[in-house]
Amino acid sequence: MFNKKHLALLASAGSLSLAGMATAQADTLEDTIERGAVQCGVSDGLPGFSAPDDDGNWQGLDVDVCRAVAAAVLGDSEAVNYISLNAVERFTALQSGEVDVLSRNTTWTTTRDTTLGLNFTGVNFYDGQGFMVSRDLGISSADELDGASICIQSGTTTELNLADYFRANDMEFNPIVFDTSEQTVGGYQAGRCDVLTSDTSQLAALRIQLDDPEASMILSDVISKEPLGPVVRQGDDLWFNIVKWSLFAMINAEEYGVTSENAEEMRDSDNPDVARLLGQDGNYGEGMNLEAEWAYNIISQVGNYAESFERNVGMDSPLEIERGVNALWNDGGFQYAPPIR
Amino acid sequence: MIHNKETIPQRPAPKGTIGPVAWLRGNLFNGPINSLFTLLGLYVLYLLVVPTVQWAFIDADWVGDSREDCSRVGACWVFVNARFSQFMYGLYPSEEYWRANIVFAMFAAIIAWMVIPRLPFKRWMALFALLIFPIIAYVLLHGGYFDLPRVSTHRWGGLMLTLLLATVGMVGALPIGIVLALGRRSNMPIVKTFCVIFIEFWRGVPLITILFMASVMLPLFLPSELSVDRLVRALIGLTLFQSAYMAEVIRGGLQAIPKGQDEAAAALGMTYWKRMGLIVMPQALKMMIPGIVNTFISLFKDTTLVMIIGLFDLLGIVQAALSDSRWLGFSIEGYVFAAFVFWIFCFSMSRYSQYLERKLNTGHKR
Repeated sequence: MFNKKHLALLASAGSLSLAGMATAQADTLEDTIERGAVQCGVSDGLPGFSAPDDDGNWQGLDVDVCRAVAAAVLGDSEAVNYISLNAVERFTALQSGEVDVLSRNTTWTTTRDTTLGLNFTGVNFYDGQGFMVSRDLGISSADELDGASICIQSGTTTELNLADYFRANDMEFNPIVFDTSEQTVGGYQAGRCDVLTSDTSQLAALRIQLDDPEASMILSDVISKEPLGPVVRQGDDLWFNIVKWSLFAMINAEEYGVTSENAEEMRDSDNPDVARLLGQDGNYGEGMNLEAEWAYNIISQVGNYAESFERNVGMDSPLEIERGVNALWNDGGFQYAPPIR
Repeated sequence: MIHNKETIPQRPAPKGTIGPVAWLRGNLFNGPINSLFTLLGLYVLYLLVVPTVQWAFIDADWVGDSREDCSRVGACWVFVNARFSQFMYGLYPSEEYWRANIVFAMFAAIIAWMVIPRLPFKRWMALFALLIFPIIAYVLLHGGYFDLPRVSTHRWGGLMLTLLLATVGMVGALPIGIVLALGRRSNMPIVKTFCVIFIEFWRGVPLITILFMASVMLPLFLPSELSVDRLVRALIGLTLFQSAYMAEVIRGGLQAIPKGQDEAAAALGMTYWKRMGLIVMPQALKMMIPGIVNTFISLFKDTTLVMIIGLFDLLGIVQAALSDSRWLGFSIEGYVFAAFVFWIFCFSMSRYSQYLERKLNTGHKR
């Protein structure tokens, strides 16, 4: 994850020269259909994004991307082989063909997009570094944090972002550095610092581990850009399109109000956008060698973006992350999908 | 003069020198300093044990199926309970657990057969365990034959995977280690050089690096049609690494056998392999037991390192379970459970080695 970012970059740099040669099989779609399952790389455990549930089924926002691709390609959202990858080996696994989609809370950056022989297909979660404070302090915004002591995990980009932010705003802070996220929460809990900083998706998970989660709140300010999205290999544009539009279909479905529950009846809808999305008016899967029902399969089996979000990280989950910037574009957020036409 | 012709009857020892009170006085309270330390020790024990028992048993929650069933005052064993089958089998499909159970049962039966001295046919059992059992285990666990559905290795995990890694590592490392140790003591320069280089290379690299190379770098060098299963890669890496250590333990044992033994055997006209197999090795292996078991125990614990290449061994699956958002914050319970399971296995291995040493003792022990 983020504390391993440096190591990941190092390993990536090592594999730079090899990235080109690994784009061997160009027909991922054909291979996937032949295999009958999508090879999907997920995190080895990140609350709300990918983790096995009590019955051993993978659940999470990142996992839902894998399921959407499987539903679009094979018509069965369960036809996925999940391969758990850590931060360091994730790109190699994709380059070497061990996985065909990497959906593992991976931040979209220039280096990764341009030098590793990979393509980011979109953003399924806009993350960023935020702050958790005790409600007792009465702080409501990050610019009131001058002079605060801040608990932070060492060796992460989080540390750099924090220093940059405080320097840019001409404020002082007192960093209290820990090695692991558990120790960081422990330090915050024991009152060694006023503020805990990490990515907002992490903060929610850290917050429910506190003895009294209600006593702490996550500030709405975000001081860094961490757009997380699925990644595919370069050189197979057909597969790139499939993964890209699987996510777009979920976002469009939310915009048009199509959910997993009403997808069946919405097929008779008069709304031309909905009809095109659900394959009732023209075949928009044709360009991807998919059936006209491709988006219908995604929505009826996985749900639209809002359902996936609320179920895994939002208000229906223990994490209770607010939509914030992950709301739709017409709802004050960034999530915007090109139209299906 | 009075002569007492009767023997004075035996009397019990004075009250103050026997019984628990005397033992306490002799061992714990003989003198002010010892008394002070005894009391201090008892107090520290009290400080440690009482809250632990309180947390782990008295305040603990045992029944339920979600985090709401836990008061969070004591331990939440509900979490371990809900995840127990996952901790045992990893993400193996639950309707196929019976296959893993058969393998577990056979494995336990083989171990019991080999360990209990009275049972006959040990030699045949060993042959079965080494040659036929692995095939049966593979067919059952992996499937794909006899209408058994295929369960690919990335779904294997939990204690099952830990035992698999440890067993294959141990069984593979011992013979390779013996060959390497003999090779290193050999007079043939090429064999000797090869063995020295092999041992020093694998001993000089941390296990974590080997696993990392096997999982991250190797796939980049191999053509993509030739993809070796990541579990197999880990197994090969683990076995080769372990055999280098094993070789040095065995070489240590070989060096403890006086040269006269070997020379006497040679004088009787024995060939090299007979000398090794009948004279040197039986004596040496007996002396190496503590070292070999030491290596086995450390291998058993080292298997958790496969976590870094995305395999879910017992500890890995516990950590994955901890990141389920419905069970956040129960890390202590998870780790305590994992530690307990590891302790059971390591402690049994250690006890068995002590028993074996006593059984094979022929007067070398000092």
